[in-house]
Amino acid sequence: MKVSLFITCFNDALFPQTGQAVVRLLERLGCEVEFRAAQTCCGQMHNNSGYQPEAVDLVRRFVEVFQDAEIIVAPSTSCTAMIRHQYPRLAHFAQDGALERDVAKITPKVFELSEFLTDVLELEDVGAYFPHRVTYHASCNSLRALKLGDRALRLLKAVKGLDLVELQRPEECCGFGGTFAVKNAETSTAMLADKMRHVVETGAEVCTAGDNSCLMHIGGGLSRLRTGVRTLHLAEILASTEAGMSS
Amino acid sequence: MSARETMTSPIATGPITTGKTFTDRAHISLRDTQLRRNLAKATSTIRAKTAKVTAELPDWEALRDAGRAIKRETLAHLDEHLLALEASITRQGGHVHWARDAAEAREIIVGLAKSYGADQVIKIKSMTTDEVELNPALSAAGVTPYETDLADMIVQMAGEKPSHLLVPAIHKNRAEIRDLFVNEMPGEDTADGALPPDPDALTKAARSYLRSKFLETKVAISGANFAVAETGSVVVVESEGNGRMCLTLPDVMISIMGIEKVLPKWEHLEVFLQLLPRASTGERMNPYTSIWSGDRAQALNPGDGPRALHLVLLDNGRSKILADEVARDTLHCIRCSRCLNVCPVYQRTGGHAYDSMYQGPIGAILTPQLEGLDKAGSLPYASSLCGACQEACPVRIPIPDILIHLRGQVVRAHQKGLSALNGENLAMQGAKALFEHPQLMALALAAGRIGQAPLARDGRLAHLPPPLSGWSLSRDFPALPAQSFRDWWRTRETKT
Repeated sequence: MKVSLFITCFNDALFPQTGQAVVRLLERLGCEVEFRAAQTCCGQMHNNSGYQPEAVDLVRRFVEVFQDAEIIVAPSTSCTAMIRHQYPRLAHFAQDGALERDVAKITPKVFELSEFLTDVLELEDVGAYFPHRVTYHASCNSLRALKLGDRALRLLKAVKGLDLVELQRPEECCGFGGTFAVKNAETSTAMLADKMRHVVETGAEVCTAGDNSCLMHIGGGLSRLRTGVRTLHLAEILASTEAGMSS
Repeated sequence: MSARETMTSPIATGPITTGKTFTDRAHISLRDTQLRRNLAKATSTIRAKTAKVTAELPDWEALRDAGRAIKRETLAHLDEHLLALEASITRQGGHVHWARDAAEAREIIVGLAKSYGADQVIKIKSMTTDEVELNPALSAAGVTPYETDLADMIVQMAGEKPSHLLVPAIHKNRAEIRDLFVNEMPGEDTADGALPPDPDALTKAARSYLRSKFLETKVAISGANFAVAETGSVVVVESEGNGRMCLTLPDVMISIMGIEKVLPKWEHLEVFLQLLPRASTGERMNPYTSIWSGDRAQALNPGDGPRALHLVLLDNGRSKILADEVARDTLHCIRCSRCLNVCPVYQRTGGHAYDSMYQGPIGAILTPQLEGLDKAGSLPYASSLCGACQEACPVRIPIPDILIHLRGQVVRAHQKGLSALNGENLAMQGAKALFEHPQLMALALAAGRIGQAPLARDGRLAHLPPPLSGWSLSRDFPALPAQSFRDWWRTRETKT
């Protein structure tokens, strides 16, 4: 299967190891991975901050870059949710019928990584090995926008050596929310404080998620407090094998 | 000195609301550790109850769909349904008044109270009366308003604002309420500070205080949950029975209701009287549902009900919301408050940070639309867009989408003329330019790697410059790695 990787601007610049893990994982599972260098940002930051006309331009760019791709996979729940739920709204906002049609054609081809693995490849055991105690943070977008349910947990449970510990209040936001974390930094911190407490209470060495934005937030707090718990994208755990660790 | 400061609890700090923006006010409320505890306990209790009674209904999702469908259909023909409501109520001996805005509503209600010679009124279901700031207007006209909902009474005695749609005094615990009663409610129960801080004793003290008010007051003022157009019925849903006292004992009943609360048909109540209690208090059936259609002359039992009935229909910005294609679903709200109880922001800041009688996620979209973005423009940003509100809403209001829509209005108001030079706009335009030119992006990343060098330690940045300094208040930021993903991909392609 030919997979076009939408790395997302955030992972491209800050978390290249996640992208590398996705490539390694998908190739191990027999996919042919391509990367289109013209891709940049899905427009989520602009849209969520109220810059809709600016976001529309980035929607056009995405559609142009990926229009003829067979399947597009993104290691980000929030960027996938942006494309699936906000692109149709933005095309409508732009009053551009052609864009609405293009968006309607492209959105069914876009998959979040865990969704691609479980629904398209129909896999739970991806042959990973990760002998650590891990807790999983379900991002808001995975739970409520994409309704991914327990897909990531099923993948994690099948990882050899992995000791999965469940998080308390798993449905609650970590407090990131994009510019929210800066504009309402204190409220965001109050939310993060509780999320970190739940993470630390599990005794896990690693907190994982399907989205590096949550992980940058949770990990930034865990690092500031010198908790010794590290954050790792789901892809990096799933890419690890007995032959070699991911990171 | 605020009422809150006079209390004896050593933990209480005041004042509750200062500052112009949500961020300023949250800065204060987040420091109140007692408030955080009160809120965490109260909201988690209600959350557990509502989760249980919504999950047990096999057709809960279908009920939500029905609720939304009825609201959409009603709002699409709102004018017709309101005229039908007026006709039904008038036919049954009631009087309907139309108020374009808060000032007109105050004028009508104060005028009515005076015309009946009232020097005091009792009140129930006060949210809409708070929206039009009725109490100060009544007091100024020499009519003393007494709130009779227990929590509204507590808030009124404390000289505060409600902090929760359903539980206006959620920010207070029983020790704080006990102190308030001892100070503000003279009587047998509170004499010599004898009142213990337990719910039974507090309720008993409040009851004996309120009974005398119910018996001696001739005019009552209420809000309304629904009004049915075909039968001319006004519906009040409450848990204490104090509402029923207000509705049955006084001679005159004046109700005020937002125009979006009309329901075309009696059968529509079937849907909403299931949705509301389960989403709101977590009860299967609401304890006191009072429905009145017409005055005493219409009563099945002669002598029941008030001698005179008035209904004030309030617009106050609602027709403007209705005209907004994206935001109009805001008007579906049945004020159940479930979005507050599931909101991670509300649970930490409390309701006073919203500086409105409509708090939490629904307040963050409703208040700016009612009061204007120039006054309440910080509220659409009081959310991480986590979506818990939309998932919980019994009438499926897409609150996150409406928050984003309102943020767009704030942004575009700040893109005009010189104000377009604001830092956020410049940063967003800059980011967009980078996203449209990957080569520029690569250059910017290279510059960033050089710029961060003096600040980065072990791959982390502990301090970010303004306006990003809010981040580094409590969080490290990852340093830009030496190689981006696309750099890695390029070297990989050259190798193969």
